[in-house]
Amino acid sequence: MALVVVGSFIGSFGAVLLKAGAGRLERSIHSVITNWRLGAGVVLYGLSSVFFVLATTKGELTILYPLVSLGYLWTLIWAKLFFAEPLTRYKFLGVGLILAGVFMLKLSSG
Amino acid sequence: MAATPAATNAAQRRRALLLVFFCTVIGAFSQILIKTGATELAQQVAHPGLIHAAEGMFTNPYLFAGYALYGVSAVLMVLALRDGELSMLYPVIALTYVWVSVLSFFIFRESLPPMKLSGISLIVIGVAVLGRKVKS
Repeated sequence: MALVVVGSFIGSFGAVLLKAGAGRLERSIHSVITNWRLGAGVVLYGLSSVFFVLATTKGELTILYPLVSLGYLWTLIWAKLFFAEPLTRYKFLGVGLILAGVFMLKLSSG
Repeated sequence: MAATPAATNAAQRRRALLLVFFCTVIGAFSQILIKTGATELAQQVAHPGLIHAAEGMFTNPYLFAGYALYGVSAVLMVLALRDGELSMLYPVIALTYVWVSVLSFFIFRESLPPMKLSGISLIVIGVAVLGRKVKS
């Protein structure tokens, strides 16, 4: 379980770096290769999925996906902190519904 | 260049949402491949560790193809993030679970009990709610 929570945390930071890097993209190979934010984002994204694969092999499937989805909640907070994106009640409501939905989905499939 | 900034913004937002939508479809195929590969890996190695998992990404065809598609979906995500809000686009990735369930239904003949259908519905409603603007 700890594996998945750590993984979701790492993954959400990966998303933040991807967003930061994406904003600095230009139409040249050079700008993609030298974009360290993008690179770091991809590495964190990949690292988080290694955690998820590990968790899968340890048989945490039922709680795996709902916990992965915790990343959405972290990301709402980072988006506000780092990109000054508005946190509307619809976003919280939407993420809440999504988390509940993912949980139900996994409860039923075990 | 007749488009006003507001119209351009709306078009950009639509494009970003569309990109994330494709990202979730490809992501679903990737997850099914990764799950198949991880299961295979667990059968080959008694207690897979971090090294085994990382090694499997290159030696197991399912894991390799899964992660390749994962990469494609990540590229689409980056392109989407360039124009859209992180807090709006990232949770939309949850649609991946919807496609995984639908694909599992058709490919693996997994059942779709009421509980599962309710979960799918909640996710879809959640994604719809997420994109709503607060009227001021």
